[in-house]
Amino acid sequence: MSTSLSGPGSAMQAPGRGPVRTGLPRKSRNARNHAPITATGLVVKVILLGLVAGIAIWAAFPLIEAKMWVGLGILAATTAGLFYLYLTRRHIPAKYLVPGTLFLLAFQVIPILYTATTAFTNFGDGHRGSKDDAIVAIQTSSVKQVPGSTEYSLSIATKGDPQTGSLAFLLSDAKTKEVFAGDAGGLRKLDAGQVTVSPTGKITAADGYTVLNFGQASGRSKEITDLVVPTSGGAIRSNGLSRAYEGRAVRAYDAGCDCIKDNETGKTWTADEKTGAFVAADGERLAQGWKVNVGFKNFSRVLTDPNISRPFFGTLLWNFAFAIGSTGLTFLLGMAVALALHSPRMRGTNLYRVLLILPYAMPSFAMLLVWRDMFNTDFGLINNLFGLGVDWFGEAWTARAAVLLVQLWLGYPYMFLVATGALQAIPRELTEATSVDGASPWQSFRAVTLPLLLVALSPLLISSFAYNFNNVNAILLTTEGGPFPADNPTNGATDLLITYTYRLAFGAQGAEYGLATTVSVFIFAIVAVVATISFRRTRKLEEVYS
Amino acid sequence: MRIRTAGVVAVLGLALAASGCGNSGSDKPAAKESAKATGGKLVIWADDKRTAALKPFAEEFGKENGVTVEVQAVSKDLQTNFVTASQQGSGPDVVVGAHDWIGNLVQNGAIDPVQLAAEQKSAFNETAIKAVTFNGQLYGVPYATENVALIRNTELAPEAPKTIEDLVAAGKKLKAEKKASEILCLQSGQNGDAYHIYPLYTSGGGYLFGTTANGDYDPKDLGVGKPESIAAFQKIAKLGEKGDGALKRSITGENSIATFTGKKCAFLVSGPWAIADAKKANIKYDISPVPGFAGGKEAQPFVGVQAFYVAAKGKNKALAQEFVTNYVTKPELAVALYKAEPRPPALTAAFDQVKGEDPDLAKFSEAGKNGQVLPAIPAMAAIWDPFGKAEAAVIGGADPAKTITAAGKTIAGQIK
Repeated sequence: MSTSLSGPGSAMQAPGRGPVRTGLPRKSRNARNHAPITATGLVVKVILLGLVAGIAIWAAFPLIEAKMWVGLGILAATTAGLFYLYLTRRHIPAKYLVPGTLFLLAFQVIPILYTATTAFTNFGDGHRGSKDDAIVAIQTSSVKQVPGSTEYSLSIATKGDPQTGSLAFLLSDAKTKEVFAGDAGGLRKLDAGQVTVSPTGKITAADGYTVLNFGQASGRSKEITDLVVPTSGGAIRSNGLSRAYEGRAVRAYDAGCDCIKDNETGKTWTADEKTGAFVAADGERLAQGWKVNVGFKNFSRVLTDPNISRPFFGTLLWNFAFAIGSTGLTFLLGMAVALALHSPRMRGTNLYRVLLILPYAMPSFAMLLVWRDMFNTDFGLINNLFGLGVDWFGEAWTARAAVLLVQLWLGYPYMFLVATGALQAIPRELTEATSVDGASPWQSFRAVTLPLLLVALSPLLISSFAYNFNNVNAILLTTEGGPFPADNPTNGATDLLITYTYRLAFGAQGAEYGLATTVSVFIFAIVAVVATISFRRTRKLEEVYS
Repeated sequence: MRIRTAGVVAVLGLALAASGCGNSGSDKPAAKESAKATGGKLVIWADDKRTAALKPFAEEFGKENGVTVEVQAVSKDLQTNFVTASQQGSGPDVVVGAHDWIGNLVQNGAIDPVQLAAEQKSAFNETAIKAVTFNGQLYGVPYATENVALIRNTELAPEAPKTIEDLVAAGKKLKAEKKASEILCLQSGQNGDAYHIYPLYTSGGGYLFGTTANGDYDPKDLGVGKPESIAAFQKIAKLGEKGDGALKRSITGENSIATFTGKKCAFLVSGPWAIADAKKANIKYDISPVPGFAGGKEAQPFVGVQAFYVAAKGKNKALAQEFVTNYVTKPELAVALYKAEPRPPALTAAFDQVKGEDPDLAKFSEAGKNGQVLPAIPAMAAIWDPFGKAEAAVIGGADPAKTITAAGKTIAGQIK
């Protein structure tokens, strides 16, 4: 009995585990025997290694350009390591483990580490860049036109070669018809006879200068933007390529006091490295801040802010109910349908199967939106069809039921498919044997079919649970987390932790990635614990039945 | 044998690596070329509709000036994408978007102020210039304004209602006669819609932010949760599901215009974007200002402005400034953008030019004449969600005083 049971069991595991198990020993045996290397194998190897080299070279240029030497070192070491590994005959296990490990690092470990480190910062809108970025932004956004100053027509010119010669502004004042040349050294009046001025007031030629056209000038865009011609009242700056104005940066950074000074009002804002902002004595802070490390502030905020922590456990409870409900209901329905179609007395099973898989074949995004509209109180199909007046998304429990119903409809075809596959792998002799022994169909289902099904499907159920635990679309595209209690617009009856986080992170006051990643860390911990426990239990299950 | 294979692999590997080199080698001239082109390349980000309208003009600007102009459509989350990309240094030179982004774009150092000459400024509608002014600086060049108005089906409701009470009476009559199934199509949904309810909120006496001495919105003076706002929501509650039934959560952003064009309601509160659908459905319509409560204050819709911004971290700022300050200020472009999507142009000359062809335009801008500029301060981001949800709760029959006080607290807690 036990041998025949392990037969289908391992057969069912074949897609996941078989190739690795059977492939590994064979290959290592080959290597040990120094079996000849086939031409195909060689070609594949060369192509793959060539790809690695190509990617490495492609990735190296931007790194060199950005002077990221550490990154370049890692890239070089990884590439060299890969070449060494696949060109030697040793280290057979590593040949199998390294690609997976690299991808695991790139797509799992690094994002998780990045998320976790972000949780210790105030990264978000207003605190995205460095302090230097913030200072530059504050200074440039405070440049104001000097009141009553002249508006100039501008031509960009160089002394000598258009691409390399030193830049100068050729300025003409439309009112007085005076013409000037300006560069970093200052403004110099030009003799009207030296220049040609077009009817629109622009200087088109000047002695000793090459006037650039837009194409040439825009090639040196950065230099033009950076060029300021000092004057007594401020500085003449370009405004595009055909106008210039006399402007003055009202606010400037003073390294001495580590503060921003406003030279019109005399007000100062001192840098506060704890919050990453310039703060004045009266508590006013400048909008442009920078990213700083805030330690455990986000964590303590999640735990102590009543707006976050108070609904947290209620949301967590519903989150579990939602994930278990979505997985459990879809599994029950999917399995029931699979069992019904598995019966040899059933006719036209293929047609039924096609029809049943249809919901799975439709894009769930669109379907979620369609379902949302079907639940509309006045215009929705469901109320109109059954003559109801239920405010589906307006009451907590109807909204929860509606969301689960949608999940059931979207999810059961998947469970039906996998259950059908698993059922076909269970030999009919087993159930026949139980009926010979006098078991009722229910007993034989409970004692034989269900346990065998669960062995095969448990990992899928766990992954389905983990997926539904964080199923943003199912909520955001239908109820958006609502209905919300009248006195708390931040947490609704159908909110999952992830939709709640989404709202915290992006809903108010712009994006707050620091806080959002902190909540994600909590969610990660919860899901990890649940998954660990479930896998432990699954292993026990496997041990029992195999 | 072993050495030979290793050798073959090494040689072939090197050959491939060299071909990789060769590739990047052949990339290099291309890179040089594109470096030359980056010199003369302007990248504009806009949403889908505007991209189509901008393309011909951008190309013309490029041809006139010997530069390449690329208009790239970003169909989703343009603002967020722009902020993220500009932080990484891969953003565009010019971005097109609504003026209420300015607060957020400025606090992230993503856009630079623009300098317009006095005569350029005076060519624009005053409200539009006011909308793009933030902290005393001009941050964008506006090209269109937009606001909601009351659009009515003239077959069902020939007279423009003077007050909300008139509208409700007319709507109820139509409903009793089975000519319509809804009194008013004003979108709310389960989570409310602060933008569309705002005229009624102001008519009831509510406000969002007070103003400072120089006319800017003051985030410290929050009007939500104040007695005036509660009074306004008490009036709104009377129109709600437990009152007249004129405001309903079942009317959402998705079905509101469709219900109107399906002749199920005679009145629609919406903006210029609804007109195309109404025309397609052959509805005879007229446009009038959103009426206020009888004896209440004036109903003021939000006025939004669409504008061009110069990216602070663009690679070609000089050219971007040139395009935004000297090219976008031409009426021809404003007219073309109007044709892509009929919103009233912000340039007075362009507005006058299209006014003759399109009578709706004047009516919309008339309806928005007393409107309030949508606040661009970052604190406004904290308003939308709690305010909308409070609105939905009140429409559903929740106690206005309790709901609005809670919403006010939430908003105040989120304003830094």
